[in-house]
Amino acid sequence: MEGINAKYVSQKISKTRWRPVSSSSLQQPDIFATGSWDNEDNKISLWSIGDNGVSGMDDEFEGDPQLVCEYKHNGDVMDLQFLDQDRIVTASSTGAVTIFRHNHNNQTLSVPQLWERAHHYPCGKAPCTGVVCNSPEIVTVGEDGRIILFRSDQEGVTRTIENADSSTIHAVTFLRTTEILTVNSIGQLKLWDFRQRSNEPSQILSLTGDRVPLHCVDRHPNQQHIVATGGQDGMLCIWDVRQGKMPFSLMEAHSAEMWEVHFHPSNPDHLFSCSEDGSLLHWETSSNSDTPSFLQGGRNASITSRSAIAPAGGNQSLISAWLTGDSGKGRLETTHMLPSQTLSVNSLDVLGQCLVCGTDGEAIYVNRLVPI
Amino acid sequence: YFDSLRICLSTGGCPFVHEVRKDEDICSPILRKLFNESHHIFVGLQGIRDDLPSKNKKTQFVSISKNYRSVIRACMEELQQVAGKVEGKSDGRISPVFFLQVSILLAVELIWNLCEVLFIDAAPAGSLLLHLLDWVRLHKADVDEKARDVLQSESPTEHQAYWDVVGVNTLTLTEFDVKWRHWHEEVDRCLQDQSFASNPHLEVICKILVGDEDVLLEHKELLSTWYHFLVTRLLFSHPIVKPTELHYYAQSSMHMFLDTRSVPEPLDSILLAAFEFDIHQVIKDCSIALNNWWFVAHLTDLMDHCKLLQSHNLHFGSNLREFLLLEYASGLFTHHSLWQLAVDYFDHCPEFGRVYLELQIERVPLDTERKALKVLRICEQRQMTEQVRSICKIMAKGALRNNRLGSALSWSIRAKDAAFATLISERFLQDYCANGAFSDLDLIDNLGSAMLLSDRLTFLGKYREFHRLYGEKCFSDAAKLLLSLMTAKIAPRTFWMTLLTDALPLLEQKEVIFSADQTHELMFCLEDLTSGNCLPKPDRWFPFLFQDEDIDTTKIEILRLALARNLAKAIVKEGTVEV
Repeated sequence: MEGINAKYVSQKISKTRWRPVSSSSLQQPDIFATGSWDNEDNKISLWSIGDNGVSGMDDEFEGDPQLVCEYKHNGDVMDLQFLDQDRIVTASSTGAVTIFRHNHNNQTLSVPQLWERAHHYPCGKAPCTGVVCNSPEIVTVGEDGRIILFRSDQEGVTRTIENADSSTIHAVTFLRTTEILTVNSIGQLKLWDFRQRSNEPSQILSLTGDRVPLHCVDRHPNQQHIVATGGQDGMLCIWDVRQGKMPFSLMEAHSAEMWEVHFHPSNPDHLFSCSEDGSLLHWETSSNSDTPSFLQGGRNASITSRSAIAPAGGNQSLISAWLTGDSGKGRLETTHMLPSQTLSVNSLDVLGQCLVCGTDGEAIYVNRLVPI
Repeated sequence: YFDSLRICLSTGGCPFVHEVRKDEDICSPILRKLFNESHHIFVGLQGIRDDLPSKNKKTQFVSISKNYRSVIRACMEELQQVAGKVEGKSDGRISPVFFLQVSILLAVELIWNLCEVLFIDAAPAGSLLLHLLDWVRLHKADVDEKARDVLQSESPTEHQAYWDVVGVNTLTLTEFDVKWRHWHEEVDRCLQDQSFASNPHLEVICKILVGDEDVLLEHKELLSTWYHFLVTRLLFSHPIVKPTELHYYAQSSMHMFLDTRSVPEPLDSILLAAFEFDIHQVIKDCSIALNNWWFVAHLTDLMDHCKLLQSHNLHFGSNLREFLLLEYASGLFTHHSLWQLAVDYFDHCPEFGRVYLELQIERVPLDTERKALKVLRICEQRQMTEQVRSICKIMAKGALRNNRLGSALSWSIRAKDAAFATLISERFLQDYCANGAFSDLDLIDNLGSAMLLSDRLTFLGKYREFHRLYGEKCFSDAAKLLLSLMTAKIAPRTFWMTLLTDALPLLEQKEVIFSADQTHELMFCLEDLTSGNCLPKPDRWFPFLFQDEDIDTTKIEILRLALARNLAKAIVKEGTVEV
């Protein structure tokens, strides 16, 4: 892939996230945050990819990410989200949940709020594994099986669901403003409704058969019942939470754990996933029906052959077991987005035409011309 | 650990090494990039297919060598940049370690570049000098500028001749040789004729162009190093020097340039060994001089790929390349973060790599589940089943200690550890007996095929299913299941009493649930359980089941009665024929 170079940053990157751009402006994102892991001194850092105002017809952009500021972080950065333009929430391996504030004037970071032992065991630390926010609400999950609800404008904890899960909860995302989805290490997708007082999930979905741990979850931006998950076996599952307890379709994606999956926020026919096997895949669906081919159901054969060199858009058609009439002509293309085999790609984020990802090879990749 | 990861050149009596720790913060992030980037290049190099034609391979190897060198240069430049920033600050004082670091990288790149020219690119006579010129020029850019200024200051015709020499690649060697000798004779004649006697500068330049060694030596300070002197000398006296003749000129240049009193520095001996085409000596000297394996490991690996090393095995069986890679990777493994890079290096050491990896991987501290998953993936990909089991067991035990039964089960499933799965099931059953209810229903209700991992787990799942069926009032299904738990020997004998007790409410129903046959089987189970030699011994898991013998006897009586009554009802029901 031309135009995508590695920037070596001397820290293993566990999370990367674009700073949100206001929905009214059509600007491309220019600032992203990264979190490190497995260091004696971990950090969160803010990077800038420079002024996007000067854009010629040229495909090549100069503009290595430049470090804007950084701040020490206690423990591995297990998850990172922008609460708003100025504030970042992180989940730590010490069990702490921290809010960082970026001061634009002097380009520094400060820590206005910290919940130090949000996730814990009776004796010992429990890593906080995931965080999601919908300002001012923050929801975190951890290895202790708790789900905790915070508000950024309040000191204490708003609500805790104790023992929500007997296994580790790996990720959380909002389904609606009062509902969240969690995935755990025994392969279950659980729906929780905060309006209910009980500490039980309102729905549990799982794959029958092997209890493969699930690591990531993301919801379709427009059609709120469509959810994508990825797990230990590298399979991409698409679920319809309204119907059935089973995934709608399964696709072989990676040869190792899938760490993150993201629908493109403004163009949801595109999906991105990254994995321990060092690859980052761009899934593009196109069909003449209204339903994306994701939803045409069935178990599908392997989509793409593995190779270290990026194939120029692997073109494989979906063989769906449930093709019905003319709506079954869905087509799915998968492309490798990184130029060569790397160590695990731990995190990715996509916004507009920009993609950023971080690897265990201590490198960040930025692509500003993602074909959407 | 970074002390040894740092590349240090042990010059005679280097006092700086002891102060290393303080400046780690400046140097180490930059050096880390070196390790990561070179790892990337290394992995790419291992992937080059053997069946490529050798000409293509050579180009690739040269390009890889240049990649390595550009990484070293980038590192150097960044160190210099940071030094510049520190200097700029009012209180900035750069410690000597910094400069040492930069000078070491300079030396390393110098040696690598020479090895690339002589061994990897293996330039033949003719282009050899060109490459050496580039080599010297690259490392002595500022000096060369000065020299060139001196040379350029006078007449352009001489200047012209100078560039003719450099443009050797436009002519064949013999053509060039003839032309060059002709030109050389002409210049010599000019000198003899005293044509430039009027202008002493011009005369000096002429003498240089003729290769007059004495004159060259007079300008020692311009040349600054003996190898610059060597290349200059070759340029003007023996431009089509053959690789095999190099060592003679190198030795004599070094002796002429250096004072007889001064001892050659380690760098000098290394370069001399390179000029002598003694690759093994170069590697050996570098290994001794630099107390870090990074440089020798990568260079040796590259040269091994170029088939330049004779494969004589060292005493303990592996060859030189593997030995160096193992040393380097073992060092990497002790770093809290860079251990992941080491795995790929071990992978490409065919003799001992696997063993080293097996030993080291178990020592990686597992602070979070995510890290454990990554380590597990490394082990699974290499079929290190023992390490997989041991890591999963550590994680499962930790989870169990924190009462995370679901996590513990998840680890047992990953390791296919039936014994541990049994342990977890026993915990659940214990909890049930103690509390009268199941904990973590979300797990037990959704075991799926994991149930088959261990008998006890299967029992747990089925037992829970029985409770569910009972709760949903599917009595006949519940009854059938309950019976099968005993007859199919899924339930541990120690639990049979509990199961039979569970059967009581079903037996006491007005409706007949257990058929006559089923009742017979239940009775058989009860007798089996209570007959003398088959009474289950007090189980350490369920000791309270056998505390009171009286209750036991009473219970057995009640059961017998209930079973008898049910049998009667069942026989009647089954015997009744609708008329």
